[in-house]
Amino acid sequence: MNKLIAHLQQDDAGQASDAGPASASNFTLDRRSFIGAAVAAGSLVLGFASQAATPGTSAATSAATSAATQPEINVWVVVQPDDQVIIRIARSEMGQGTLTGLAQMVAEELQCDWTRVQTEYPTPGQSLARKRAWGNFSTGGSQGIRGSQDYVRKGGAAARMMLVQAAANTWQVPVGECSVKAGVISHAGTGRKLRYGQVAAAAAALTAPADVQLKDAKDWHLAGRRLARLDTVEKTNGKQIYGADLQLPGMLNASIRACPVFGGKLKSFEAAPVMAMPGVKQVLRVGDNAVAVVADTWWRAHKGLQALKIDWDLGPNAKVQQADIQAMVAEGLSAAGAVAGHTEGEAMQAMAGAARTIEATYSYPFQNHATMETMNATALFQPAAGDKAARCEVWTPTQNGEGALAATAEAAGLPPAQCEVYKIHLGGGFGRRGATHDWVRQAVSIAKQMPGVPVKLLWSREEDMTHGMYHPITQCKLKAGLDAQGKVNALHMRIAGQSILAALFPQAVREGRDPVVFQGLNKGGGEAMIGYSFPHLLIDHAMRNPHVPPGFWRGVNLNQNAIYMECFLDEIAHATGKDPLQLRRELMQAHPKHLAVLEAAAARAGWGQAAPDVNGQKVFRGLAQTHGFGSYVAACAEVSVSAEGELKVHRIVAATDPGHAVNPQQIEAQVEGSFVYGLTAALYGECTVKDGRIVQTNFDTYPMMKLREMPKVETVLMPSGGFWGGVGEPTIAVAAPAVLNAIFAATGKRIRDLPLKHHSLKRV
Amino acid sequence: MPTLLVNGKTLNHSAEPDTPLLWVLREQLGLTGTKYGCGVAQCGSCTVHLDGAPVRSCALPVSAVQPTQKITTIEGLSPDGSHALQKAWIDNDVPQCGYCQSGMLMAAAALLRDKPQPTDADIDAAITNICRCGTYNRVRSAIHQAAGERRSAGLDIVHLRRSVS
Repeated sequence: MNKLIAHLQQDDAGQASDAGPASASNFTLDRRSFIGAAVAAGSLVLGFASQAATPGTSAATSAATSAATQPEINVWVVVQPDDQVIIRIARSEMGQGTLTGLAQMVAEELQCDWTRVQTEYPTPGQSLARKRAWGNFSTGGSQGIRGSQDYVRKGGAAARMMLVQAAANTWQVPVGECSVKAGVISHAGTGRKLRYGQVAAAAAALTAPADVQLKDAKDWHLAGRRLARLDTVEKTNGKQIYGADLQLPGMLNASIRACPVFGGKLKSFEAAPVMAMPGVKQVLRVGDNAVAVVADTWWRAHKGLQALKIDWDLGPNAKVQQADIQAMVAEGLSAAGAVAGHTEGEAMQAMAGAARTIEATYSYPFQNHATMETMNATALFQPAAGDKAARCEVWTPTQNGEGALAATAEAAGLPPAQCEVYKIHLGGGFGRRGATHDWVRQAVSIAKQMPGVPVKLLWSREEDMTHGMYHPITQCKLKAGLDAQGKVNALHMRIAGQSILAALFPQAVREGRDPVVFQGLNKGGGEAMIGYSFPHLLIDHAMRNPHVPPGFWRGVNLNQNAIYMECFLDEIAHATGKDPLQLRRELMQAHPKHLAVLEAAAARAGWGQAAPDVNGQKVFRGLAQTHGFGSYVAACAEVSVSAEGELKVHRIVAATDPGHAVNPQQIEAQVEGSFVYGLTAALYGECTVKDGRIVQTNFDTYPMMKLREMPKVETVLMPSGGFWGGVGEPTIAVAAPAVLNAIFAATGKRIRDLPLKHHSLKRV
Repeated sequence: MPTLLVNGKTLNHSAEPDTPLLWVLREQLGLTGTKYGCGVAQCGSCTVHLDGAPVRSCALPVSAVQPTQKITTIEGLSPDGSHALQKAWIDNDVPQCGYCQSGMLMAAAALLRDKPQPTDADIDAAITNICRCGTYNRVRSAIHQAAGERRSAGLDIVHLRRSVS
C-alpha cells in the first residue's frame, strides 16, 4: 500500500515520466464485463444521478453502465450495437477540456462517427484490478493530453483495425480491400457495407494487433479541429452533477472545521447542545485536528458547526506571524548553503569583475486555489458482515482518481481492492484536487464512524480558504554583472523560500534539491527550459519552509520564476537604455523556439509602434516569455494608468507553441482563462498569516478579478510540431510580468512584490 | 407547511426560517443547478430570479421570500434549454468547469430582460459573478450574441453534433 501511495503521489508531482498503462501496447482481450460503477461524463452522468442507486452495491450504480458499455473492443473503446461509441477517459475533466481533446484523439484513429461518441470515466479500482489498464489518472502538470496522447491514440487505432478485420472476416475478403469512414466499413470490390455496431461483438473477440501505426498530424480530420466540447449542454441547464450536488438514498451531510492553526490539534468540543439542534445526527472527531457535525441537510450541519464550542490545542505555530515568515524567507536570500539548479561558467567570479552591477529583490505571496466548488467527498463505509468483506466507496471530484483511491484505502484501513472511487466532474481543480486528498481522508473518517450510512462532506468557503495547500511563498534576489559595453556577462538568481516537494513528496527531494523550484529556468529537459544564454549564470535555491502547507497551484513555480526573470530583464533593458525586445533577442539567439513566440506576440501587438490611446489615456506595452509544461509562451500586455493611479489592462496578445494543437478553440479558452488566473494573482492574490492561521476567509477578503477587468485576449497559436506541450498552465506565468513591465513603461514604477493592490500607481 | 413558488410550481418545504433560499432550493426541493460558492453574496454562483430580479440566494433567508413571489432557477430558465442565452452559451462553448455558469446565465438573463441590447458597459456593471476558470470574454460574446446584435467573431466553433441555427 505504501508503495502504491508513493507511486501514485510521484505521478502527482508531475516529475516522473508519464509512463503509459502497463497494457497499452499489448491489448489483451478481457472478456470480463466492465463492472465498474463508472460515473460517466456527459449525459450518462444524468442516468447515474437520477437512478437512485443503492449505495454500497457497485452493481447497482453500474447497472446502467455495465449493460451499456459492451462490447469492449479494448480498454479505451466500447462500440454498442446501435453504433454508439463510448470512449473511456482516465484523466479528469475540470474545465480544461481534456475530456473532449482526448476523445478527439481516440476518435481520430478510430475513424468513428463523432456524433455518436460518448465518454465515460473508468474507475481507479477497476484500473488497479486490471493492472492499471488505463495508466495514469493524474490530471495535473498540464499532462492530460500530452501525457496520454500516444497510448489513447493507439487504443483508437487498434480498435479500428479490429473492427475492420471483423468486417473482412464476415465478408471473407482480405482486410486490405476494406476501408472505413465515420464508422462505416466498405468493401471496395463489392460495395458491401457494415457499420461498426454490426461487427463490434466479433471485433471484441479478435486478438489485438501487435503493430499499430498512428496518423501523422497533417492527416487529422477530428483532432486539430475547433470542435465544440462534449460537456457544454449540461453546464447551461443546471443538469451537470458536481460532487457537491451528489445525492444518495439515506445520505447525511457533514460540515467540518479543522484547527485554524496549521499543526494544531482538537482538544474537545461540547456536542450535547448541538445534538439538540434540528436535523443534527452526530458530532464527530475527525483525525486529530478536526470536528464535523453530521445532519440530515448540509445547512443544518453547518449551523450546528457554527454553534459548536470547540477547544483547540493551537500548538507552537500559533505564535507565527506573517512578518516572521517574510523574515525567514528573506534570510535565505543571502544565506550560505544554497543548492544550485542551473550553473554556467563562474557567475560569482565574473560578477566580481563586472564593470557595473544591477540588483533587485522580488517576492511572491501565498495564495489559495479558490476553486468555485469547495472541497467535498461522499463516503460510504460498510463493515465486514458474514462472508462479505468490509468495503469503502467514495464519490469525489478529484484530479487523480488513483490518488483518491490510495487516500481512501489508507483512511479506511482497507486494502485498495476493497475500496472504490467514483470520479465526478470538478468545479475547478487548479492543482488543489490532485496531490493530497485531505478532504477524502476526512470524509472516510466520518463514514467509518457511521457505518452503512453515506455521508457527504462539503467544506464551507471559510474552511476551504483557511485549509488550502497554498501557492508557495518565495523571494528572489537577482544580480546582473555587465561588461563595459553594457552586455550581461553574469547573472545570479537566488531564490529563497518554500519547497512544494519537501512538504508533499519528500522522497523526490534529493540532497536538498527540489527540482520543481527551478521551473522555467532549467538548462534543458524539454519541460521548463530557460530561454536565455548568459556567459556566466548561477540560479540557486535556499529552501526555507514555513508551517503553511504548500501545494501545486496552477502554473506552480513557473508563476513567480517568470516574474523574477522577465521583470529583471526589463530592469536591465531600462538601465542600459535598450529596447526590452532587443535585449531579449540578443540573449535568445540559441533559443529559437522561445524567441519565435516572443517575436510573434510582439509583432501582433505592434511592438515598436505607439499603441493608440484608449479613452484619452496613453497605452503602454510590456513583454514576457517563458517555457513551461512543455510549451513555449509569450505575451505582450497593453495597459493604461490614469493620473489617479487606476490601472486598466486593455489587451494581451499571447503566443503559444504547444508542438501539437488538438483543439485550437479550447486552447484559446485555456489561454484566456489562464490570464484570469494570472491577473487575479497579480492584482489581488495574497494569503497572509496571523497567529499561525490564514487571515483571508472568503471572497470579500480574497478578491477575484471580475468580468469588467478582463482584457481583450488575442491568442496566436503556432504549433511547430515534433513535441507535445501542455496548454492549461504555461500562459499564466507571462500574464503578471507582461503587465508589470507595461506598468513600468506607463508609470516608471517598478513593482517587485505582489499583489498590486498594495501599491499606489498614482502619479506623484 | 411553508411554500415557495419555484419555476411556476408551488412547493412545500420544512426548512427553518433563517435557512438561506439557496439551501432550501438545493436540499429541500432538489434543485441543485443553483450552486454554493461563498455563502456571503460575493461570487454569484447562487444567483436566481425573484420576481424577475437577480438575487444571491445564499444570503437571502427563506422567510424573506413571500409564497407568491416568483422564484426562477436555472432549471426554470427555459423548459428545454432553448433560452437565447443558453443557445448562445452552447454556440460559443462558454463554460469550462461550469460550476459558476448557472449563476452567470441567471445574471445575464436578468440583464437582457432589463436591457435587451446591452452595451459592454451594461455587461460590465451587471455581471459581477466570479469565474475562476476565466470564461469572462466568452460570457460577454455570448450575451451580445443572444441579444441578437452579432454572432461572435473569430470563435468559429465547429458543432458537428447538432445543427446550429
